[in-house]
Amino acid sequence: MMSLKDVPVGQTVRVVKIDGDGAVRRRIMDMGITKGTELYVRKVAPLGDPVELTVRGYELTVRKNDADIIKVG
Amino acid sequence: MALKFALAGNPNCGKTTMFNALTGSNQYVGNWPGVTVEKKEGKMKGKFGSSDTIVTDLPGIYSLSPYTLEEVVSRDYILGENPDVIIDLVDATNIERNLYLTTQLIETGVPVVIALNMADLLKKRGIRVDTERLGSILGCEVVPTSALRGEGLDKLAKQAAITGAENSHALPPEIFSKELEAAIKNVEMILPASIPQQKRRWYAIKILENDSKVSAQLSLSDSQLKVIAAERAAIEKKEDSDMESIVTDARYAFIQKAVKAAVKKSGEKLTTSDKIDQIVTSRIFGIPIFVGIMFLVYYLSINSMGGFFTDWINDVATPWVQEAVSNGLTALHANSVFISAISNGVIGGLGAVLGFTPQMAFLFLFLSILEDCGYMVRIAFVMDRVFRHFGLSGKSFIPLLISSGCGVPGIMSSKTIDQDNDRRLTIMTATFIPCGAKLPVIALMGGIITSYSVTGKFTAGGWMAPMMYFVGIAAVLISAVMLKKTKPFSGKAAPFVMELPQYHIPQPKTVLMHVWERLKAFLKKAGTVLFLATLVMWFLSSFGVEGGRFGLVDTPNSSVLAAIGGAIAVIFRPLGFGEWQPVAATISGFTAKESIVSTMGVLAHVASDASEDTAVVGQAIASWFPSAAAAFSFLLFNLLDSPCLAAIGTMAAEMNDRKWFWFAILYQNVFAYVSSLIVYQLWILPANGFTAWTAVAVVLLIIMLYLLFRPDPYKNMKTYSKRSVTEAA
Repeated sequence: MMSLKDVPVGQTVRVVKIDGDGAVRRRIMDMGITKGTELYVRKVAPLGDPVELTVRGYELTVRKNDADIIKVG
Repeated sequence: MALKFALAGNPNCGKTTMFNALTGSNQYVGNWPGVTVEKKEGKMKGKFGSSDTIVTDLPGIYSLSPYTLEEVVSRDYILGENPDVIIDLVDATNIERNLYLTTQLIETGVPVVIALNMADLLKKRGIRVDTERLGSILGCEVVPTSALRGEGLDKLAKQAAITGAENSHALPPEIFSKELEAAIKNVEMILPASIPQQKRRWYAIKILENDSKVSAQLSLSDSQLKVIAAERAAIEKKEDSDMESIVTDARYAFIQKAVKAAVKKSGEKLTTSDKIDQIVTSRIFGIPIFVGIMFLVYYLSINSMGGFFTDWINDVATPWVQEAVSNGLTALHANSVFISAISNGVIGGLGAVLGFTPQMAFLFLFLSILEDCGYMVRIAFVMDRVFRHFGLSGKSFIPLLISSGCGVPGIMSSKTIDQDNDRRLTIMTATFIPCGAKLPVIALMGGIITSYSVTGKFTAGGWMAPMMYFVGIAAVLISAVMLKKTKPFSGKAAPFVMELPQYHIPQPKTVLMHVWERLKAFLKKAGTVLFLATLVMWFLSSFGVEGGRFGLVDTPNSSVLAAIGGAIAVIFRPLGFGEWQPVAATISGFTAKESIVSTMGVLAHVASDASEDTAVVGQAIASWFPSAAAAFSFLLFNLLDSPCLAAIGTMAAEMNDRKWFWFAILYQNVFAYVSSLIVYQLWILPANGFTAWTAVAVVLLIIMLYLLFRPDPYKNMKTYSKRSVTEAA
């Protein structure tokens, strides 16, 4: 199990669980990142952060720091 | 009886467009998440049904969680104000995530009609939706619409009226596991009797999720809470997860099933939007493209396209009108004071301001295009890293960018920033970015500065505009770093989780409407506040005490304005503009920034005795500034000090706290003063040698550098700053 933060661009991964608590975690789940969801790491912003993901057919951007709580396999 | 429709949906799904189409009002539409921050009401157009029907546009939300201002506003409205029907807009091209909100809306006990919006794009994307099937799974009617093309709206309004009138409380589908459904039933039973049957499911789920706001609202007894906690614990243990995840997972699992049954996709392929995005926000080209676009926007609006029309108004139209009016009035044997008041005061002053209307129109046009096509939100993506380095979120960038058009909507859009500290910081610093009204000042002073350094004579210079834009950003970032290291602004960096909507070709109607709305506000201001301001300024500069008697004065130096300006000018002498005219102009700038120019215009006309040539007026204005450094310092001060009254009023409303508001005003003016002093004194150092003021400048600079580079005492803060969600309730 690794953190989403460490997934290289161009890879597709599956969410195993989401750590943390409170607003950020709820926000991430509300946006459709839930257990078992497929995430495609589409690109990294010019300055190396944040990352752009394809989730459930749309584009979502997440800071690496916030992506850290998303554990994928 | 009049029906109440509530429009709900995800941000950026065409909700405001739908609202405008249904009500005929001209609400502003943008292509970034969170344009509608407050709810708006309108009466439905007669052609869609009963014109008594009230339509409420709720803020765009992804969920009914208790964490953001928008979500709380929306759910309070739906549960507290009892609309007859919710029209739930679902973006057909992004159906999975949009239906997530739907699964929550159908639990609120208010009948729901789904508008499957952007249905016209489905065919192009090769998506087929079986609306009947989808409706039967979700337990509500589904009407395909295209708000933009006005398709399906008749049917939607008719269906909403029927559903609202029926007021049937069909229970929503059971979407959770057997155990969870049983727990919901148990909790429903112990809820207070005051909650109507059809709303019980929503409350039960929320309270199982441990929603603090709902718990507080219901004031349950200890024994009731114990029962709920036990139900929650049993399920959490069985699923080996927490309740929020269990509920969210189940909702999405239900949606996936529904989508599988009712939606057919024929192979995913890269859309044009994806292809554009690959280049525009790529690692290599992202930043150069951003800088290039911003430079182009400013260059085109100020220099080439806008500049052309501005020159024409200033050099041809205004003098022509002045002469015509002046001749006409002379022919009528009007009083010479009156002629001077009209020709020099009103027409001269307003002409100076109206002359910049084309530049502003072009700037608004370009910004609207950037907003509408979806690039604005990409800027937050590209720039977030930079902003985070300075302790702000990329989200702060949107208010700053809008402020480059006008500070008022810029400050208002800061509402989408969740954390209190970041929001306050953004409100305080947003107006450092030169707004449309400061452009005339920049153009005028830019001309004066170039005339000193390059050409030796006055030419209207626009190359200053892009530069002042970057100076504004620098001021924001410097302030952010300094303030972030103080206690009230400290806190963990705000989370950054944001949707990047698809690019689309800007809609001419939306863009032009937006430009017109902003221009109209400006012209209205020109017709009222500025009209009065120019008259007052003309009076103050033309009348005074001369030869022991009050009356029309021969030289403006003995005017009332000169006396007032002269008294205050002492304060500004260290900044290089100690003449009374620039000081008087600065004061008038607090009514509206563009009146700095009109005031200078009035003063220069008076001084040069009604010469209408821009170059002569420019020369007259230039004579108030001893050097390019002084002119620049004046420009810098007027760029950074407190904004115009309209923006100050907005700041007060958005801060919603008197102490913070006054702190913001104080900070802006002190920061403006100190920055201008440092720049001016160090600029003239080589020429003038070391003086006491140089020492002051150096000390201030050292203090500023210390505040900038000292280690952050709150660096390891683990907690987020407070969110004033309660304020919205």
